[in-house]
This record gives sequence, structure tokens and C-alpha cells, in this order.
Amino acid sequence: MKKPLDTRRKLYTMCILVEDVPGVLSQVSRLFSRKGYNIESIVSGATDKPGIARISIELIGDELMIDQIAAQCRKLLPVKAVKILDEETCIRREIALIKVSCADRVSRDEIIQLVNIFRAKVIDVAKNALTIWVFGSQSKNAALIEMLEDFGILEIAKTGTIAIERGCNTIYDESKLKEEYEYGKNVL
Amino acid sequence: MKIRATAAIMECLLEQEVDTIFGYPGGTILNLYDELYRYQDRIRHVLTAHEQGAAHAADGYARSTGRVGVCFATSGPGATNLTTGIATAHLDSSPVVFITCNVGESLLGKDSFQEVDTTGIAMPITKATYLVRDPQTIPDVMRQAFAVAATGRPGPVLIDFLKNVTAPDVMIDYEFVPWNQNRACSSIQALASSHALKAPEPDQGDIDTLVDMIAQSERPLLICGGGVVRGKADQVFRKFAEKLDAPVAITVMGGGGFPGSHPLTTGMIGMHGSQASNVACAECDLLIAVGCRFSDRVALDPATFASQAKVVQIDIDRAEIDKNVLTDHHIIGSAKRVLTLLNEKMPQYDHTAWKEHILPMRAPSVAEDSPKLTPQQVLEVIRLQAPHDTIVATDVGQHQMWSIKYLHFDYPGQLLTSGGFGTMGFGLGAAIGAQMGNPDKRVVHVTGDGCFRMNCHELCTVEHYGLPIITVIFNNGTLGMVRQWQSLIYGKRYSETTLDRGPDFVKLAEAYGLKGFRVTDRAEMETAFAQALACGSGAVIDCVLDIDEMVRPMVAAGSPITDFLLKEGSK
Repeated sequence: MKKPLDTRRKLYTMCILVEDVPGVLSQVSRLFSRKGYNIESIVSGATDKPGIARISIELIGDELMIDQIAAQCRKLLPVKAVKILDEETCIRREIALIKVSCADRVSRDEIIQLVNIFRAKVIDVAKNALTIWVFGSQSKNAALIEMLEDFGILEIAKTGTIAIERGCNTIYDESKLKEEYEYGKNVL
Repeated sequence: MKIRATAAIMECLLEQEVDTIFGYPGGTILNLYDELYRYQDRIRHVLTAHEQGAAHAADGYARSTGRVGVCFATSGPGATNLTTGIATAHLDSSPVVFITCNVGESLLGKDSFQEVDTTGIAMPITKATYLVRDPQTIPDVMRQAFAVAATGRPGPVLIDFLKNVTAPDVMIDYEFVPWNQNRACSSIQALASSHALKAPEPDQGDIDTLVDMIAQSERPLLICGGGVVRGKADQVFRKFAEKLDAPVAITVMGGGGFPGSHPLTTGMIGMHGSQASNVACAECDLLIAVGCRFSDRVALDPATFASQAKVVQIDIDRAEIDKNVLTDHHIIGSAKRVLTLLNEKMPQYDHTAWKEHILPMRAPSVAEDSPKLTPQQVLEVIRLQAPHDTIVATDVGQHQMWSIKYLHFDYPGQLLTSGGFGTMGFGLGAAIGAQMGNPDKRVVHVTGDGCFRMNCHELCTVEHYGLPIITVIFNNGTLGMVRQWQSLIYGKRYSETTLDRGPDFVKLAEAYGLKGFRVTDRAEMETAFAQALACGSGAVIDCVLDIDEMVRPMVAAGSPITDFLLKEGSK
């Protein structure tokens, strides 16, 4: 019988393994836009398998909506696997590069202290500016950025969120990369 | 073996046993048409008046024969003219391979003459698109495209060849592999590694659950959707309905999936659904929908739809489950396979009390006498005079709803109609495709005056190829369905729907070299239709109807399914 659906709206991360062919990112993102779903962040990168890329998409919605968009995604030919991760089951990280101004030595020292507390790194130093690299959860990065605002942020470059499941489960477990057809997956 | 790239494209069509294609040539696709010239003894090309007509013809060919349709067009405007046809095929899950050519690699992306991002435009309205830049990939792409179009839930696929790929001096490696052996080809293997190339085997547990649900049901209702038609599951569906002994409502796309004259039929369901269907839907305790996506024209108001029932969806496409209406149970699989398994496990039921409650609500199917010609009379003449297996292609609007209501469709592919996309101008192209694919059957094209004007130029195709298609125009001098909404919902403000203008359709038919008739009462219709059937060539019958005829019954969009805005039969 039908499983009960979680009707709360929350942040989901959808991880999609795709064949790395031209236009695949646009194919996936256009599916989201034409179905009327807003993407919070999107990241695409290589995987351990040659020719296979992983797209991580963050979006806010309820379970029914997420299931529907995952089913639509699975129908795209370059899509090899789709995994929906929610807050409880996964680790999410993002990277930010922050250029912050430091007028004098005092503020430079203060910034370096903050950077150490957040386990971030100073990766470039100029006379009146520092560039900081921070890797962590969205909330940690946001907290550091908030602290640095006092010194005057000159520029920020951020990645979207990447996510992976906790424990030994992987995206390959229920994926279409398996040779045999399994019930419940999409056919062409 | 090395052969010309264009020859490989033709050979790949022959691999798929394609013998008829529809299309229109142009600058970038010249190389392909040059090759077609050499293959004209094996591949028949049907030249239409407009690319849209070619797209609808390939679609009509596919729907009526169950084979994959093929359509050619050139770059730029040729490709964009296809788009309405591609979307029509997409929304009605019709397998068509569209082949276009684009400008050469050196001109790509430079806003060259007749250049457009064809694959980008077609992406949201196809199952897959391919941009071919490397001639060596031609056999792989062609084989994969046909596999994708025909497998699982069928649908359109678009292949865009760059012009330099089709240059006459380009030679590629090619071996002929018949379609039923091409599973061993590398491209099909690659696809099979991630996508199932055969229909999923239904889950036994899910089948058993439904068998139990049926056993507990006292008031079951079946919906015959387009999946029964595309899956050619009409025989097993009929057996299932008779074993279940339940009323059967038919969606627009389901026409032909269940005999229209069967004693269990309650007719159409939804916006113009019969009272019997819609009341049954509201009162049933188990609703089994086969190959039906519960579109907004069927499940007008998802919140109140079948509110007393447990809803069960049987579909081949996982993405359709719970998309529009939340279901209580679903089975994934082809309609034929699922229903066969159900038939094996299910005993014969008797739901006489429920049937006796629902079935008498059906409206009488005999046209009333009237001095003025009525839509029902026109359709009754067609039903009585045309051969039983006549294929009917419709356009969109009032005449479409009347045709589905009053004509009986008994096998998949007998009704060709644009149910999902609602494309005005679909019918004539589809009729041409159907007649090409079914030379031994009669094809009747039912249209309205508004729809007919949109693509009536295809009459030249009808005449040129000597197709005995009979076009019946429901000429009420208005965009009838829009006027009906304006009458009922917009205070009779007939904004731009009155079609008090030419052409004279009889003269138009004659200008194209076809027979033309104008009829104003039933007797004239009987004579004209008999003459049209006998004349052996194409004919146009202009049926003059009252401007205020309405499709009854009607439920407004978004309303509960039994809130009839217009009741059955009453004036």
C-alpha cells in the first residue's frame, strides 16, 4: 500500500549521477524550471567513475514534490541514478572564498584569530586585504561571514552544497547503473 | 563496410523497417533528400504542404499503425514548424522520430541563415534529443533513437544532424543490423546498462493487493486511458472489465481501448463526461485507472475526485503515479501484462446492483429528428454508413467531443485525436498519415470550421496522393467550444470567436481538385456522405450547423466532477 508522505516543507538535497555529455546540466536544470521548482543551489563535478558526473541540487519542498521530480529526472537518458538526501541522513558541505579588508595590523590579527576558531585558512595576504578559505556546513560558513562583515567584506565566492549519505550506503545502491531492471524504477 | 553517411541514415531507417516518411525539404537537409532520391524505390516520401502537416501525418501514421512514424524537416523554420507536431506527439505518447538537419559545424552558433537551436527547443517536448556532430555515431544514434521512441511509454525523439555530417563525401563504417537483433549493438547496450529496454514485470505483491481490494469492493469503476490504446491492451482490458463486471469510463485518449458499444461502457469521463461516468466516479468505492494520468480534463478537481473511492493507478511510467491525483495503490507495468496477471488471479464478479444504478443514466444514443442538421445526426450518418473499422481523425473543440461521444471506437488506433495538447489543425495531417499507413481502411476526418482553416492547405496532399479521405466540417460559423465557454461563463461576450468569413469550403475543395458538398439537413448529409464514400477520391462535406449548439454535459474546469454546468440532453 501507499507509504505515508511527509508533507512538511524542508530542505532536500538531490544527488544525480549523469553521463557527462554536452548539455546535460541544462537538461537537468530545465526539467526543474519547467516543472516549477526553484533550485536553491546546484553543483556539478566529476566522480570516481570516468564519464560520470555528479550533480547536487538543493531545493525546498515536501516529500511528494521531491519524489515526483526524482521520478521525472530518472526518465532523462543521461541520468544514471538519483538519490534524495534529507538533513537527518546526510553530510552537507560547502566552500567559500572570502576577501575581507584589513585596514591595520590589529584587524588583521583579529581576523586571523577568527579564522583559526572557525578552522578556516588564510590563503592570500595583501597589505590591506586577506583572502580566506572556509569549508564547512552552510551555517558555519554563514556564521564566519557574519563575523567578518565587521571588517568589510570585499568579495565572496561560494560553491553550492555537496552532500553524501552517512554510513556505508551509496548512491549506487539503488541506481540504474545496476545491470538488471528492478521493479519500481522508470522505464523509457 | 564503408558507405556514405547519408546512405547509413537511409539504411538505418530500413533496419527499422521504415517504408514511409513524411517531410519537407530545404537547404540544410538537401544531402539527405539527395540520398532519398536513390532510395525512392524502398522508402516512400510523402511531401506535405507544411512541416506541421508532416509532423501530424507522421504522428497519425504512428498512432494508427502502432509503428514508429518518421518525419524530415530542414533547419530553422522547418524545425520550428515541427514543434507543434512534436508537442502533440509528446503529450499523447506517440512514437515518432523527427529528423532535422542544422547548419554546418563552421556556421553553428553564428546566427547563420536558417539556424536555430533545434535540440534546445525540442528538449522539453521529446523523450530525447540528439545533436549529431560526428558522422561515425550515426548508426548508434539512429538505433538508439528508435529504441527510445518505441520502448516503455512511447514518445517522440528528435535527431538533428549538422549539415557537414551529411556531406556526400563523408564515409562511415556501417553494418546492416535488423532492428530485432540490434540489442547487441554498442549504443543499445550502453542504454540498457542504465535504462530498462523492456516493460517492467509487475510486482506480484502489488497484483495480489489489488485482487484483495477488488474482492472487498462493491462499487468498482474502471477508467480506460490512453495506455490501453498505446499498449494495445484492448482485448485483455475487455476481459478484465467483463470479469470485474464494472462500469467502464473512457478518457479521450482511451477511445478505442474499449468498445464504444459495449454494455458496460458509460462513455467519456471528465469535463464533458457523461452523467453515468461522472456520477459513477463520485460514488464508486474503488477506482481502477489503467494508463491514465488524471489530467485536469478528467480529474477536474483533484481534491474531490473519487472522494469515496480507493484510487488505484496502473501505469508503465513511474513518474505518473501520484502526479495529479494521490492514489491508494499502484502497479507499474504495461497495461497488457498487468491486466493479464489480474485476469488470471481474479474470479468472475457480479455487480448487478451497482450497474443497475449507474448504467441507466446513459443518454440515448439515437439522434433526434430535427429540420435543422444537428451534430448528432451528422455523426449518426457517419456511424451508419462508414465501414465499421473506419479510422476517425478529429481536430479539437466541440466536434471532437461530439465525435468521441457519438461515434463508437472498437480498436486501438481507430480514433486519432489530440487529447493532451489540444492541437487545432491536427486532424487533416493525422488523417493523411493514417490513410498512408492503412490503405485498406477508410479514413474520415471530422473537423470544425475554425480548425479546418488552420491546416486546410493539406488538401493538396490528399489530392496529390489520391487519398480517399472524407473531411466532414462541423461548420457553425464560430469557434464553438470557446463560444460555449463565453456563453456559459463570460456573459455571452463573444470576443473574437465569430467566424463570419470565407472561404467557401465547397469551392475550396474543388480548387484542390476534390469533391465538395454542402449539407443543411440529415437527408442531404446521407446523400453527400454516400457519394463521398463512393467517389473514390478525397471529399469535403461542409455541414451547416446552428451557431449555438453546445457540447452536453459540461463541468467547469476545476469543479467537482458532478457539478454539471450543463446537463445531458436538456436544452
